[in-house]
Amino acid sequence: MNSDQREQQLLRGLAENDTKAIQTIYAGNFSLIQALVLNNNGSYDDARDVFQEAMVILYEKARKSDFQLTCQLRTYLYAISKRLWLKKLKHHGLFVSNTELSLLEPVIPVEEDLEMAEKKDEEFEVMESAFAKLGEPCKSLLEAFYIQKKSMSDLVEIFGYTNTDNAKNQKYKCLMRLKKLFFAQYSK
Amino acid sequence: MSEQLLIESLERYFNDEMLPEEKAYFEQMRQDNPELDQMVVTHKIFMGKMAEFAERQKLMTQLSSTHDHLLEKGAIAEDQKKISKGKIRQLWHRYKKTTAIAACIAGLTALIISGVISTFGPASRQTIELLSRDIEQLKKTQDYQYTQIKEATKLPEGAVVKSGGSAFMIDGKGYLLTNAHVLKGSSAVVANADGQEFKTSIVYVDHAKDLAVLKITDSDYEPVKTLPYDLKSTSVNLGAEVFTLGYPRNDITYNKGYLSAVSGFDGDTSTVQISLLANPGNSGGPVFNRYGDIIGILSTREANAQGVTFAIKSKEIVQSLESWNDKDTSAVNAAVLNGSRNLKGMNRENQLKSLQQYVYNVKAYN
Repeated sequence: MNSDQREQQLLRGLAENDTKAIQTIYAGNFSLIQALVLNNNGSYDDARDVFQEAMVILYEKARKSDFQLTCQLRTYLYAISKRLWLKKLKHHGLFVSNTELSLLEPVIPVEEDLEMAEKKDEEFEVMESAFAKLGEPCKSLLEAFYIQKKSMSDLVEIFGYTNTDNAKNQKYKCLMRLKKLFFAQYSK
Repeated sequence: MSEQLLIESLERYFNDEMLPEEKAYFEQMRQDNPELDQMVVTHKIFMGKMAEFAERQKLMTQLSSTHDHLLEKGAIAEDQKKISKGKIRQLWHRYKKTTAIAACIAGLTALIISGVISTFGPASRQTIELLSRDIEQLKKTQDYQYTQIKEATKLPEGAVVKSGGSAFMIDGKGYLLTNAHVLKGSSAVVANADGQEFKTSIVYVDHAKDLAVLKITDSDYEPVKTLPYDLKSTSVNLGAEVFTLGYPRNDITYNKGYLSAVSGFDGDTSTVQISLLANPGNSGGPVFNRYGDIIGILSTREANAQGVTFAIKSKEIVQSLESWNDKDTSAVNAAVLNGSRNLKGMNRENQLKSLQQYVYNVKAYN
């Protein structure tokens, strides 16, 4: 298998949330990004955040049907991470000497991906805050059903409902509230 | 239809769980009722967002557990020292044992090979050594000398002797010739055969030829008019008997030998090979022919063979002094050392008695 096919396989694995693929990509690229961030005024936590954010962007990209990576996975992650970190530095008003950051591989156009990721992030933030405002036990109930994909009978057991109808009822009420909260912010 | 039922239907519709007739009926209802259709659309958007959100959450959890997992395994590191060497460290950890074994084998092999080479191989560049005394030995002799003639030493207080050797007079005004490698420190004192010391200054150094000239600057020194030898710059013959005077120890030491090759180490034509036992400290000492004329200056010896010594030819000395003379008016004129030959016909003891006054012990210090 040549390296190109291997990378394609890894990306497919990532899109399918395959643990092994994620670990391989992670182990193979994290140190590079960590060095980049650490050498440019960042901390270990910053490095982790930046890298994981880059991974998320790669994941979104890999999930698209028309997806095509025009460069090496490593190069892509590097380009994305570099942009992300520069943005964060600017945000914190920190000074960066351009020497390190400009000494890099040919610039890959990642602006579009980043913009898209940002838009997505905003949506997720809205969803997150809607969930946060929802309050318990609705939050846990909906998370269990929609995020952890538990079945109705599981919910009955976990949350102690007398029967599934009761659980359904409760879930419906919670969902309606969440929807309201979400659209109240989303449409703005 | 209550809203709750409607939502449930919607979810079943999106999840493709409806029976074909039910689905057709539902789609018909959507067409007929724009309000319902609007509701379906928004709910669909919402469910989509939720699904994406769920996926994102899942990925984030997966990523952070991956991070912890890899950290534990040592595949990535969050340690200042390990940073940016992650991969190498990882490899190091993995192959530590193998590497250690390989290093042992390599080390052993290297030792064996170098042993074999030094036993059977031809002499290499490194097998000649300079004949200046090393520091350890000098420390001993220096201590000895301090106890013997403490008042006489002209070494400054706290001076550290770096190296030492021999030198011989080339001009009665107090000019001494020695090897450049003898003068390791910044200054030097010299002592004559009686142990009397004199301060000197380094007036000329020719690193290429490994020659240097010291001038005695001490007021205690009494210049001499003529020297009992000349600097014979004509060639010498193979087998010619030669002898030397020098200071491998603190007392002047005599040694004799013969010219065993007209070229030096590795065919070096600026030097000659002499079969003579020389020791560290003999560097810079004169090499005399049997008439007591100088034919060279001792400089190196072969480390692996006893009695193989090399001397810089007097011709080279003359050339060096002449080129110094061209540049510097205060230089020693090599012509001064010409045509005396007054030790010819004397027996060796008497020759030495006369010669030893002009051979000096050099102590270079910082």
